[in-house]
Amino acid sequence: MATTLARIIKYGFQSLWRNGWLSVATINVLILTLIVFNGLIMFSVLTKTAVASLQEKIDISVYFRANVPEDEILKLSRSLQNLEAVKDVEYVSQDKALEIFKERHKDDLTIGQALEELEANPLLASLNIKAHDPTRYQEIATYLSSESLKPLIEDVTYSQSRLAIERLNLIVDTVKKIGLGLTIFLALTAALVMFNTISLAIYSNREEIGIMRLVGASNMFINGPYVIEAIAFGVFASILSLVIIAPFIDVTSPYLQSFIPEMNLETYFYGNLFRLFGYQLLFGIGLGVVSAVIAIRRYLKI
Amino acid sequence: MIAFHNVSKIYNKSSVALEDIDLEIKPSEFVSVVGKSGAGKSTLIKLLIGEEKPTKGRVLFGSYEVNKLKSTQLPELRRQIGIVFQDFKLIPTKTSYENIAFALEVEGRPQAEIDELVPQVLDMVGLSDKRQHFPHQLSGGEKQRVAIARAMIHRPAVVIADEPTGNLDEENTEEIVKLISKINELGTTIILATHNRHVVNLLNKRVITLADGKIVRDEAKSKYILE
Repeated sequence: MATTLARIIKYGFQSLWRNGWLSVATINVLILTLIVFNGLIMFSVLTKTAVASLQEKIDISVYFRANVPEDEILKLSRSLQNLEAVKDVEYVSQDKALEIFKERHKDDLTIGQALEELEANPLLASLNIKAHDPTRYQEIATYLSSESLKPLIEDVTYSQSRLAIERLNLIVDTVKKIGLGLTIFLALTAALVMFNTISLAIYSNREEIGIMRLVGASNMFINGPYVIEAIAFGVFASILSLVIIAPFIDVTSPYLQSFIPEMNLETYFYGNLFRLFGYQLLFGIGLGVVSAVIAIRRYLKI
Repeated sequence: MIAFHNVSKIYNKSSVALEDIDLEIKPSEFVSVVGKSGAGKSTLIKLLIGEEKPTKGRVLFGSYEVNKLKSTQLPELRRQIGIVFQDFKLIPTKTSYENIAFALEVEGRPQAEIDELVPQVLDMVGLSDKRQHFPHQLSGGEKQRVAIARAMIHRPAVVIADEPTGNLDEENTEEIVKLISKINELGTTIILATHNRHVVNLLNKRVITLADGKIVRDEAKSKYILE
């Protein structure tokens, strides 16, 4: 058994070496396939980060009338936090609001002077509310518009930014759907290209397979070397495709980051290098071996 | 040890390859199967090695009932047979040494044994100096000698040769026939399918004559006779 296994491995590498050009062609196609596969992973990371970054920017703010005591606001804050849809509530007191306002306009002398002339703080205390899911802001807005809260609340920003939020939700949803469709389509294309390449390589060996059958080789002894070859193709192509992608990532990463500040493709790529390599190995080897076994079957009938 | 009982092979109504074949071949016999192209020689061999299944009847090889073997059981049967083909059927990506060694490797024989046997057989067929040559670097006669070496190295009970001299000139033909006779003298049963009159007459052994899928003559120490 060990002897047979050793021979199968030896023949796998021998065939890879002796069928030189065919092996190079197969590995090339596999590299292209894996680059597409890798691109799909990057694309999905990119859209996820972009969507998350946009969602992070959405919130609604509730401004309280100047006479509402802090206790009441904090009570409402707690009850909001108990809502299932709410992810986070941030309390901005009148003083804090003034501080932020001053900081933001510190270079503007007119506003500074105007503020000093006022005796009371003109800004209102507020709560900034973030939802787990941008589609649930309507729920929160409805809660805030209840009759019992009306005396406390001066204004809720949701009505103004509602259109923007809804439009953003639509975009996020569409991007996700298109991404999924594109991923399925490209993954299928890649798998088909790979399958056809391996099938053709084996087709060119069909005579050899028939001869082996006639000489009394078992199916495992015939299949084995092709499986070894497919594994070797997968390993070579995985390494090479990452080597080809790396400089491309280095170049594009800064541009992408200027669009989406949270997205550092380079950090993601190098941070997950081994995981990406693992995915590619799994995809490349899995596809190669399955293709080889299916393609050989029809020539084993002799 | 080899027997065909009432065997027919019908591809379709208009093409009957073999009809009611009954024959028996004893151990160490040398049998020539002759007939025109399409007489059924190749079909007879295909049935014996399980490449085709008979439409009816039984094909026996030793303890095997060949017509009942499953695809996965065929390798075991074929390891007890050595086959020589008209088109050599060498593996193009293997050297002559590796092609011959392959017949032992499929049986899982240890490397030491292979290293010992292959040079001996290469020497016997006179190709010791071409052991590292690939099939495309060999002449027709040399290819056929590699094929014969591969067919006999694992000491099979039977060697089947299907038109082994069909692609060879006269000189090489005689060489190959001598080799096959030598293998027979060592105790191996030989089934030789051919339409070469000269070869059959030279051998002066049992001859089975096929015509239109039927046995029309089966005689010991016979000549090539076809009306």
